[in-house]
Amino acid sequence: MQESALFEYVLRLSDDSLILGQRLGEWCGHGPILEEDIALTNISLDLIGQAISLYDFAAELEGKGRNHDQLAYLRYENEYKNVLLVEQPNGDFAMTILRQFFFDAFRLPLYEALMQSPVAQLAAIAAKSVKETRYHLKHTSEWVIRMGDGTEESHQRAQAAIDHLWRFTNELFYEDANDHTLQAEQKVPTMAHIQTQWMATVTSVLQEATLEIPKNNWKFDGGREGRHSEHMGYLLSDLQYMQRAYPNMEW
Amino acid sequence: MVSATELRQFLKEVSDPEIPVLTIIDLGVVQEIYLQEQTWIIELTPTYSGCPAMQQIEVDILAKLQEKGIANAKVKHILSPAWTTDWITEEGRQKLRLYGIAPPVNEPDKSALFSEPPRVACPKCNSKDTRMVSLFGSTACKAHYQCNECQEPFDYFKCLK
Repeated sequence: MQESALFEYVLRLSDDSLILGQRLGEWCGHGPILEEDIALTNISLDLIGQAISLYDFAAELEGKGRNHDQLAYLRYENEYKNVLLVEQPNGDFAMTILRQFFFDAFRLPLYEALMQSPVAQLAAIAAKSVKETRYHLKHTSEWVIRMGDGTEESHQRAQAAIDHLWRFTNELFYEDANDHTLQAEQKVPTMAHIQTQWMATVTSVLQEATLEIPKNNWKFDGGREGRHSEHMGYLLSDLQYMQRAYPNMEW
Repeated sequence: MVSATELRQFLKEVSDPEIPVLTIIDLGVVQEIYLQEQTWIIELTPTYSGCPAMQQIEVDILAKLQEKGIANAKVKHILSPAWTTDWITEEGRQKLRLYGIAPPVNEPDKSALFSEPPRVACPKCNSKDTRMVSLFGSTACKAHYQCNECQEPFDYFKCLK
């Protein structure tokens, strides 16, 4: 039972990383400037790398002989447990950066807390990933400020991205019985703790960027339970194509 | 029977696939080497989680040991303790410079927004008058710089702690 709660927890982390990494990868060759094209795909690579470590650990916990490729490529849509935020389409550059910023501001305090976890492998992955995530958050925070406090158009686009994505942010702090089991064993932090830190980062960056938190607080969720937005199916058909067309192929 | 020290010596002949002037020993990615139930275990730690060179390094290590007549070896990927640029050897730093990549310098707190980028000397002309072009470079471990003095664009191996 314990192992299965931890499996589910690690799978959620893996899926968030993989799906967001896949989305960022779509920018390859399409970035607004070369440096940013490289930056987005570098972040993508870090996320996919983190996903590999996390899937390997999940596979070990599951103990059914699956490997990271099978977990990443050979599951059905409702078996993916990522939040809806990470599967949302790239949109314009502002949309991509704001999505990434909301995610980085969440991932950083989460990894910092997980570094203290008594689950050694989880703490090791967090310690490795935290340095990468800190770098990502700096990059996205600076862009949010440049765009928000930039030209009329960049400000308007950044605000539009926030207004659109805000509804997906609450799900980052989703908790269920699974989390409560692990929290009771002090293996993982409570989400309220992470949310406080997330809110502090978001508030301070948006303030400096002269951007506003939307008043409308409509909340969307479902991803953590395997109920995804329409975009997820299209994303998976791209992501899974090679393994579905050529089963067990290796690079 | 070879010793762990000899084995480490052999691994000095394995170069990093992305930065071929560096050996994997220079880079500091090889951790403990020990014998476990008749098998040599070579612990390998990634520079960055997504570093695509890791698989190739594993293949290269095993091939090199095979060439030296050691068939009973296995590479174990470990994450803890997390790799840091402090593990790049002095020799490695020198090789990087000669290759045109500025080696890592001690950087102040990197999380501060719009902070002054680290002062990196140009690997070509040694001028300190350089500027950061992008936080991200041609691989996960590098940032992109340009020298204001000689105009040389160059990679900077980011400090990771």
